[in-house]
Amino acid sequence: MNLRLLKKALLRLGFCGAIGVLLLYAVFPFYYAVLTSLKPSSALFQVSYWLDKPDFSNYAAVLQQASFLQAIGNSVFVAVCVVALALFLSLTAAYALGRVKFRGRATVLLLVLGVSMFPQVAVLSGLFEVIRALGLYNSAWALILSYTIFTLPFTVWVLTTFIGQLPGELEEAAIMDGASPWVALTRVLLPLLWPALVTTGLLAFIAAWNEFLFALTFTLTDQERTVPVAIALISGGSQHELPWGLLMAASVIVTVPLVLLVLVFQRRIVSGLTTGALKG
Amino acid sequence: MSKLQLDKVNKQLGGLRILRDISLEIASGEFVVFVGPSGCGKSTLLRLIAGLESICAGDLLIDGRRVNDLEPRERGVGMVFQSYALYPHMSVYDNIGFGLKLAKTEKRSLRERVLETARVLQLDKLLQRKPKELSGGQRQRVAMGRAMAREPDILLFDEPLSNLDAALRVQMRNEIARLHASLGTTMIYVTHDQVEAMTLADKIVVLNAGRIEQVGSPRELYERPVSRFVAGFLGSPRMNFLPARLLTPGLHSAITTPALGRLAALPFDSSALAADSQLTLGIRPEHLSLQKAQGDAGLRVVGVEYLGCETYVHLDVGQDEPLICRCAATAEWRHGDRVELHPEFAGLHLFDADGNCLPRQPTPDAATLHALAQGYA
Repeated sequence: MNLRLLKKALLRLGFCGAIGVLLLYAVFPFYYAVLTSLKPSSALFQVSYWLDKPDFSNYAAVLQQASFLQAIGNSVFVAVCVVALALFLSLTAAYALGRVKFRGRATVLLLVLGVSMFPQVAVLSGLFEVIRALGLYNSAWALILSYTIFTLPFTVWVLTTFIGQLPGELEEAAIMDGASPWVALTRVLLPLLWPALVTTGLLAFIAAWNEFLFALTFTLTDQERTVPVAIALISGGSQHELPWGLLMAASVIVTVPLVLLVLVFQRRIVSGLTTGALKG
Repeated sequence: MSKLQLDKVNKQLGGLRILRDISLEIASGEFVVFVGPSGCGKSTLLRLIAGLESICAGDLLIDGRRVNDLEPRERGVGMVFQSYALYPHMSVYDNIGFGLKLAKTEKRSLRERVLETARVLQLDKLLQRKPKELSGGQRQRVAMGRAMAREPDILLFDEPLSNLDAALRVQMRNEIARLHASLGTTMIYVTHDQVEAMTLADKIVVLNAGRIEQVGSPRELYERPVSRFVAGFLGSPRMNFLPARLLTPGLHSAITTPALGRLAALPFDSSALAADSQLTLGIRPEHLSLQKAQGDAGLRVVGVEYLGCETYVHLDVGQDEPLICRCAATAEWRHGDRVELHPEFAGLHLFDADGNCLPRQPTPDAATLHALAQGYA
């Protein structure tokens, strides 16, 4: 009996320990970034894990840079546009792929999946030509276009699976009630798809918000740059000095909205809305 | 209240013919039930009428108007789905009113119609609830309300009670019957439950492998099935089938079966068949009575099922399936007893090798009955 209790206690200890390690691994870098951003540059290289007196000079310095604020604005604009565009396109595509039975449906889905496997670098030069040809170089629309291309496969797949899981009779009931496919999609299926939309939208938002390579390649001026590039281009007083404090402050400013977004929508993601649609 | 006609309707999916040349007339205000084993095409037929599936060949007419190419909402039909398919994010009120809203009904009359529908279905107090806060029977009623709200001429039911427990099923069955009586709407109802079919229908349509086997009132189908399939499908426990051999073809047939011996002057016309043809004799369990046999004569009892109101006695007739006989609950047969079988002649059915019922002759008069009795003895 005692042995069993001991085993239980040990297992519990091991479990908590594992969680602790995981948490430390995931959260510590971010914690240290926050810590660094709140130190004056004189205290930057003193290793400490606690802060007695926060110093907001780094934040003040970053927020005084007009180019950084402009970059945040650009990032918000690009990410919101990407999310809106990707959700609209993938929702309509997923409705067709998940609901309408047509020949070549599986092929289309596989093709979509295949496209998502190309690494960014592989299409970079080709995409660059396309963007030049479209006259979008050095504009936010170049980024919106390229990010949408890269998020669509994922969003289409997730939404197709979700729509496929919704009971078909629900849509037929709407048709019997006189709904057109568009009305059935927007007024009957869409409200049930909220959790999926929030999840995919959030992931598309994060991808667009964090993207670096395309943002670096397709934009040239401070007016069009997004946040990841802007942070990378923050430089210190001399060639040999990296302004860690500023960099960390900028990073925290950029990361916090994402964390908040996830926390806000977390419930939405988890909650199932379909309960009550069917028997049971 | 609308008349519905199907004329040689066909449905093909892939290379599979699901429905073949279905021709059927449904009168205005009639309650028609489609029954058949699973995969017989009954649900597909209902969906064709609803407009959820396209018709490959043939015509569907509602009140004489061809509606093959009309959208469901233009056909004037409402449908209740097996899973109810209520809109989970809408209240009962919105569920019922959704169709009216889409039809751009004026707000006041929409409200009146929804309230009226809810009143008929006793949903008045539940209008603000979401489907997940309702019980199975209540959901069922909301599903019916949604189909009724637009006041369709024809109401379609696709196995509506199959998700309810037994007690609720009886209750909802009565409610549907009451609704039909008060609304007078033409109703078409798909089920595999023969009790629902027998109790609700004015007219039953038995489907088998995409064809109509027989159309008729419950009584016609039960007492005068045209084929072995229909005879075996309706009735529980199902009709007993015994292999038989034709002795003398004629207007009144004489046959012999291992279990019952020689039966003469049966009121079935077998003139078209040759002597020695293989036939099947059908007898419902309630048309058999038992008597104690002398010694080792007669048939052996191999099972007794006591149900409280009656007893089913199983007899060994040398086939895989025992012969089932429906006896009074007071019958005290035991496993191993030897019994003599006495069939009721009016309850006999004779089928040819293809399973079709032989043409029935007028009920025999007293003299023939006497001859029958002689023949059996």
